Amino acid sequence: MAQVKMTVNGKAASGEVEGRTLLAHFLRDDLGLTGTHIGCDTSQCGACVVHVNGEAVKACSMLALEAEGAEVSTIEGQANADGSLNVIQQAFQDHHGLQCGFCTPGMVMSTAALLKDNPKPSEAEIRHYLDGNICRCTGYHNIVKAIMAASGQDTGQIAAE
Amino acid sequence: MPKDGGIGASSKRREDVRFLTGAGNYTDDINIRGQAHVFFLRSDVAHGTLNNVDTSEAEGMPGVVRIFTGADFEAVGSIPCGWQVTDRHGDPMQEPRHPVLAHGKVRHVGEPIAAVVAETLGQARDAAEAIVVEIDELPAVIDMKEAVKDGAPKVHDDLTSNLCYDWGFVEENKDAVNKAFDDAAHVTTLELVNNRLVANPMEPRVAVGDYSRSDDQHTLYTTSQNPHVIRLLMGAFVLGIPEHKLRVVAPDVGGGFGTKIFHYQEEAFCTFAAKACNRPVKWTSSRSEAFISDAHGRDHVTKIELALDGDNNFTAIRTDTYANMGAYLSTFAPSVPTWLHGTLMAGNYKTPLIYVNVKAVFTNTVPVDAYRGAGRPEATYQLERLVDKAAHELGVDPMELRRQNFITEFPYATPVAVEYDTGDYNATLDKLIEISDKAGFEARRKESEAKGKLRGFGMNCYIEACGIAPSNLVGQLGARAGLYESATVRVNATGGLVVMTGSHSHGQGHETTFSQVVAEMIGIDESMVDIVHGDTAKVPMGMGTYGSRSIAVGGSAMVRATEKIIAKAKKIASHLLEASESDIELKDGAFSVAGTDKSVAWGDVTLAAYVPHNYPLEDIEPGLEETAFYDPSNFTYPSGAYACEVELDPDTGHVTIERFAAADDFGNVINPMIVTGQVHGGLAQGIGQALMENCAYDSDGQLLSASYMDYAMPRASDLPFYSVDHSCQTPCTHNPLGVKGCGEAGAIGSPPAVVNAVLDAMRSGGKDVGHIDMPVTPARVWAAMHGAEANAARVGAVGSNAKPQPE
Ligand code: FES
Ligand code: FES
Repeated sequence: MAQVKMTVNGKAASGEVEGRTLLAHFLRDDLGLTGTHIGCDTSQCGACVVHVNGEAVKACSMLALEAEGAEVSTIEGQANADGSLNVIQQAFQDHHGLQCGFCTPGMVMSTAALLKDNPKPSEAEIRHYLDGNICRCTGYHNIVKAIMAASGQDTGQIAAE
Repeated sequence: MPKDGGIGASSKRREDVRFLTGAGNYTDDINIRGQAHVFFLRSDVAHGTLNNVDTSEAEGMPGVVRIFTGADFEAVGSIPCGWQVTDRHGDPMQEPRHPVLAHGKVRHVGEPIAAVVAETLGQARDAAEAIVVEIDELPAVIDMKEAVKDGAPKVHDDLTSNLCYDWGFVEENKDAVNKAFDDAAHVTTLELVNNRLVANPMEPRVAVGDYSRSDDQHTLYTTSQNPHVIRLLMGAFVLGIPEHKLRVVAPDVGGGFGTKIFHYQEEAFCTFAAKACNRPVKWTSSRSEAFISDAHGRDHVTKIELALDGDNNFTAIRTDTYANMGAYLSTFAPSVPTWLHGTLMAGNYKTPLIYVNVKAVFTNTVPVDAYRGAGRPEATYQLERLVDKAAHELGVDPMELRRQNFITEFPYATPVAVEYDTGDYNATLDKLIEISDKAGFEARRKESEAKGKLRGFGMNCYIEACGIAPSNLVGQLGARAGLYESATVRVNATGGLVVMTGSHSHGQGHETTFSQVVAEMIGIDESMVDIVHGDTAKVPMGMGTYGSRSIAVGGSAMVRATEKIIAKAKKIASHLLEASESDIELKDGAFSVAGTDKSVAWGDVTLAAYVPHNYPLEDIEPGLEETAFYDPSNFTYPSGAYACEVELDPDTGHVTIERFAAADDFGNVINPMIVTGQVHGGLAQGIGQALMENCAYDSDGQLLSASYMDYAMPRASDLPFYSVDHSCQTPCTHNPLGVKGCGEAGAIGSPPAVVNAVLDAMRSGGKDVGHIDMPVTPARVWAAMHGAEANAARVGAVGSNAKPQPE
């Protein structure tokens, strides 16, 4: 067991972990941040996406010890300071971009990373970027639409609700 | 004008806020003080004699609490099957025992052999590696037709063969059907495979067992679509725990699609082990485990024939299907290829004579059960591929051949024992022609051809049957459960209310939709209504959510309970207003006396019910809480027409979905936004089946597609924006909301449209191949177009199950 320290959603966090403990498990089991989900064991589903030092990372593909000293943000830290939904979260609700909600934290975190680098992505760029985020419920239509809306693009031409 | 609340409004989903902020409460988020973790050691061979399981070394490993093997479960019941099918000869199906942990034999890769309970999951896994398992491998049976041959290795030694049942439907029609084929002017024949799939909800299954010595209460937290059904099956048939001593909780459920209906060994194990170890026991499936332990779906091999007269009227249909059951009978497995499949074989057409034969077969594979649509996608796929093939053989327009044979008068009794109450198949087909922009197809085809691509248009119709019922009928058909639903409406003194429904949501947004209905009935704001589901301690009884039954059956129970509430509230209001009960009207949350300006608010009536100072105590009891059970008199029959446009690269065989249009008739719609979302999700799963998903075993019974590296899950870049419409509405005539259900339609209706479109594209390139099996991977398409020989070299290089390469 080893000591690990990091900043999570702006607060200092620490714990004792085994060398093999994944960041996803540390967040969920040690810090109780269960919004980061685990949907696979081959690093493909994206349910576990968090930001580490500002970059989107699959928390199942990183050891907790590798995040030593890092700034980590998770879905629990995304809402506005007053607790209201941020622009991306609100767009997902407005456009019904989630059903069971299991992929949703990863989708929101990936979207935030995408829009940081590409503030107005095209439909094709969004679909390509989401290659590492699997959703089994929505058929992606409303996720893509929500991301276009969150980036201030007109979604009026996209087939009706 | 879109409404901004109540029935017909696209109310935003109230559940979204918790899911979007990480505050959802899924089963894996539940951790109980003192819990231990279980790791299942699973068979890595498909078939073998289990000689010895030596746990002696593992017992002494760090953190191990206890190790269980099959011997620990000898006194425990078998995992039960919930449906008994009777075969063509009147005999019951063959039903093998299904142990919690393997005993004597292993019968599929993934079958649990031993379970290690330890302080941490890591310790449990480490100890499992020290267990020595001695298995004498036996030849495995994987192919269904091989499995039913004389002398095939038997999956279950105590059964007479690998044939579970040989079902004929309707057996009495068989001779008449054969004669119609003898007399036919044209017969179209098609042999096809409905590919095996894995449901893959993004949340893997989880079970947490807990036991309280102080009051002898068991609790199971589980990822289930129907916690009450699990309570009954596990309590009564496996562990012998009476229902009042067993609570089953399914909190937020991260998708199900059928695969979380069934009662699984891991649930029984965690409940059993919590008492045996005297501490909570938790199991979380990994994705790799899910592939070899979640029930799979589909896997039918079918020959279907259509007889037509000289005027192209359908005169008879005959089918011959082999349906894979896997190694054991999962909860509803026997009903899927029979009553959920044979009864749908009329589709949208007035074919007077139909005979369906289904042979259900045991193989050394994971059990197969219901997956989104369950039986109905298989029926729709064969029928709609067959009709398309017939149209091309006869040289007529596939749409017009369908139209000519449509059922147009309702109610309509099919020759396969069901009666459609309503529908308008011409209306949905006309709507499809409009929203798919069929008129613009030729121009789009020219654009594709200018790029060196082929373009195809394919369509199909579908009919679904939702809310399987009534209970007394399904009992005769072999169901070992009732198929009603219950709801309790509890009104509080200050006017807010809670609906406790036996339906459960695994992404469908019931908290929103169900609130809309009750709020509209009473005329109060949706925020005054809360929905409680998924907990047997809170909801009196429930059959859960599957088969698109929630609004049609659960919603109807809720309406009936709310009607009882309103009736009692009117009595109270008539007392408060000193008027006759028959003159009381409820509108916009207030009770008034007809023709006067006298009224009393909803909140005053509810307060009077609990503070009965001025109250007709001699006539009615205080309080305002009502329960209703609703047992439907018939199924509901959503229907529709779907169209797909594909582009095909003749050099690589790669197919892309360019457009997809769905025109559905779901009867009345409560929340159009949610209904559209359900169709989108269904379409993605149906297109996924047609284009890329495939669950493949090798001949030794090893699962080749056992992770997201090998099982092609549809990604955002594989799918287009869909064009979805549900403005054609013929309300259901036998439930109070006039609703039909929408959850499975997309998955039922889309695969044939995709395959029909791919074949159309090939035809436009001069290749009429007649049929191609799903999934239409580049390798298969290329082989179909260029000949099998040329393909052999190519497949050898890239693998036939590979995900299509992105461009
Ligand atoms: S859990 Fe991290 S990618 Fe699936
Ligand atoms: S909303 Fe269920 S997996 Fe995406």
